[in-house]
Amino acid sequence: MKNKDMSTQLLFDEPGPKGKRIIRVMNVIAAILIAAVAIVVLVRLYNPPQGENQLSWQLWKPALDLEAWTDFYLPGLGLTLGAALAGIVGSLIFGLVFGILRLLPNPYIRFIAAIIVEFCRAVPVLIMMVFFWRWFAGMGIQHSSYYAVVLALILYNGSVIAELVRSGVGNLPKGQREASLALGLTRTESLMQVEVPQAIFAMMPATVTQLVVALKDTALGSIILYTDLLQESRRLGSMYFNILQTLAVSAVIYFVICWIASRIAEAMPAWMANRTSGPVEEEVVPPIAVMDATNRNQIKAAKTPRPFGGAEPVYPDHFHGSHAHHENWTHHHYIEQQELEHPHDYPQEIRNEIMKTMHLRVKPRGNNPQSGSGDKKSEKGSGEPQK
Amino acid sequence: MTQNFNEFLQLFQQYDILGAFWVNIELTFWAAVIAVVLGVILIMMRISPISSLRGFAAGYCEFFKNMPLTIIMVFMVLGIFGQLKISFSDTFTINFFWLAVTGLGVYTAAFVCESLRSGINTIPVGQAEASRALGLSFMQSATQIILPQAIRGAVAPLGNTLIALLKNSTVAAAASVATETSSLMSTMIEFHSEHIIGIFLIFAIGYVILIIPIGLLTTFLSNRLAVRR
Repeated sequence: MKNKDMSTQLLFDEPGPKGKRIIRVMNVIAAILIAAVAIVVLVRLYNPPQGENQLSWQLWKPALDLEAWTDFYLPGLGLTLGAALAGIVGSLIFGLVFGILRLLPNPYIRFIAAIIVEFCRAVPVLIMMVFFWRWFAGMGIQHSSYYAVVLALILYNGSVIAELVRSGVGNLPKGQREASLALGLTRTESLMQVEVPQAIFAMMPATVTQLVVALKDTALGSIILYTDLLQESRRLGSMYFNILQTLAVSAVIYFVICWIASRIAEAMPAWMANRTSGPVEEEVVPPIAVMDATNRNQIKAAKTPRPFGGAEPVYPDHFHGSHAHHENWTHHHYIEQQELEHPHDYPQEIRNEIMKTMHLRVKPRGNNPQSGSGDKKSEKGSGEPQK
Repeated sequence: MTQNFNEFLQLFQQYDILGAFWVNIELTFWAAVIAVVLGVILIMMRISPISSLRGFAAGYCEFFKNMPLTIIMVFMVLGIFGQLKISFSDTFTINFFWLAVTGLGVYTAAFVCESLRSGINTIPVGQAEASRALGLSFMQSATQIILPQAIRGAVAPLGNTLIALLKNSTVAAAASVATETSSLMSTMIEFHSEHIIGIFLIFAIGYVILIIPIGLLTTFLSNRLAVRR
């Protein structure tokens, strides 16, 4: 398989002379179409129905001159970056702490941490920002909008990073955990000394991608009157009635910063790959909200090479995704057809054995686990060879 | 205590909280329609053999992925409407609503395109190679072989995009849609600051209630529709 990105080189072969000619013609037509759209936009800008010429230097000059930069854009940019930096540092700490709490053996800690993280991921950032802003202002705190922006960013992005930590641990090969348990570490020691350090490297590119989101979300601060870059450019625009121009300038600034951060995130997987045994990807995999599913398993299945022409599907080693707690893994394996039998269908003695090895409490199943479906199990056990 | 609680319950009669959530749902729905249509067009451009269309689609996605939604919303109202005088309707509220829908839809289309692209990654190369070997043209293999499988593989990221869109619909506040949830919450807190935490919890839990079914459905469908390979 070529190592090109599949999605761009999927549907066509390297074109021959005739294909090249067709592509060239189509390229010219497409370029003309795109240029035509651009010209229509420019004409509309030049001569809007009841407005003034938006391309005139009179409107662009106050948006671009030195005064605009020193009095508006740069102070605004400073505040934007300040809030983003505080939010990023805070959300890294929050994410690491809650990600680890969600993986600890104690079910109560896990449950509480899960509620907090899922709540913070489900509530829109703006709702949190407005709430904190009004709350802090009501308590008479100075710079309430700054603290509101930072706190809302920490809670939301921190909870996403917590999920990244969790899925980073879940995606490590299971041998890592098994080996450390076999070496006599406890579950918590294995988590803290073996799994989390590797997960941090694995999740780093996705974290940078998430930090771009944090940077973008600082612009929400302008709604609660935080004087960030967007707010400053609105002020400048309302002075000279050239809001279109000032917004364009600030849009370019936002874009350049976010674009650079995105490129860094894109380059990172290659740097991180040999520091972890887990998969390294730039995309934020456990995204956005409660009960997230991912299609990473399917991607992995599609990319897994198949011996003998693909006659026999070879399922990927394993993938835990957002079900990154051990109790959920086995079930998830079954759903994803990596295991042919549901682990709950194993005979009770084997379940006891497995649970004991994994330092888990044994929960007896149903009223009489031995007699209930005994013959069914033995049928299955004999029918399908163990893989 | 009970009097305090009764006052709190009266907020529900005084303000149209369900109506505000309904505005957000409407914003989400129409923006999702725009985003899906645009997103499918973009992904078709993105996988086409014509390099200028590929470049355009890639540029579009890159632009909107790295641009704050707030600035797009402000741009829709103050730039498109305020400066360029492009409007959907003479009624202010309807006009702002559709400006916000357009902004949200155009922004989300980039993320729909990315989701579909990750859906395309779930298709083994053999599928495309086989369809070419059978002599299907680009359009035939795209619409009959690749996209149907890509959509089935992209259920999970598409569901997550929908959830993000629902949450992003609060940013319509920046486009002067005053009836949606975050604006209503701000107004309610302003006049009833003694119930601030209760008011926040109403809206926060409202979103949790809206989002959980979408998440459950996404998880169910993505397992259900996934092409077993």
